Amino acid sequence: MTPISTIPIHYYLIFCSTLFCIGVFGVLVKRNALVILMSIELMINSINLLLAAFSAYTNDPAGQILVFFIMVVAAAEVAIGLAIVVLIYRTTHSIDINVLNKLRW
Amino acid sequence: MFTHYIFIFLTILALFSAVMVIASKKPIHSVLFLTLTFFCIAGHYILLNAQFLAVVHVIVYAGAIMVLFLFTVMLLNLNKEERSPKPLWVKIIAFVAGCMLALVLVGVFRGYDIKVATDPAITQIGLVKNLGKILYSEYLLPFEISSVLFLTAMVGATLLGKKEQI
Repeated sequence: MTPISTIPIHYYLIFCSTLFCIGVFGVLVKRNALVILMSIELMINSINLLLAAFSAYTNDPAGQILVFFIMVVAAAEVAIGLAIVVLIYRTTHSIDINVLNKLRW
Repeated sequence: MFTHYIFIFLTILALFSAVMVIASKKPIHSVLFLTLTFFCIAGHYILLNAQFLAVVHVIVYAGAIMVLFLFTVMLLNLNKEERSPKPLWVKIIAFVAGCMLALVLVGVFRGYDIKVATDPAITQIGLVKNLGKILYSEYLLPFEISSVLFLTAMVGATLLGKKEQI
């Protein structure tokens, strides 16, 4: 059905899972709010790539449309997130997330 | 075979730069490595014959989001190293947790046989013409709503960034 030269879709699965886990690791380890936002971007990107891969392999355009909408939401999320980071920096003069413990139980 | 080599090259470069995003001490290095990752992923989109997504990805991520991050780092002069990094045991636990998540994901996908319908090298759905037709007919309402979302995000970011108290 498919020629041998095609990249197996499992390669994409493994690659995107690894990228997602690197993002999870970054969120868990880093204290800088900016780097945490970047790790979230990494995770979103890995999901996007996997959606696009499945859409290309199963010949269904809905997946790529969904990737487009995810990109829209991610761009809005980054704009708001960075505005909040700027606000945090203005009030606490640091973007260390450990400063933000007022709501901690 | 040639696409295989490109795939492997892009994958290794993307994973390396993703690791460097986390491993870099200074935020500006993280931003630049993140840009490299984005370009690698754009290359992956081209490999999948999703040209529309590749172009949009470069414009949105490598253009807009990277500039946003860079401006935040530079304007606020945030380019300092972390003063109090997390203790080692937290890092080890996070590493183990990440590895276990990867293991679970790969294990789940390994046992599942995916039916491949087409070869992505010959499929035509990723082209601008086809995606545009679908986007403006079937998905017109979400498309318009996303413009409202953008407007809301723009107003919100401006409101949050204002100096004086509201």
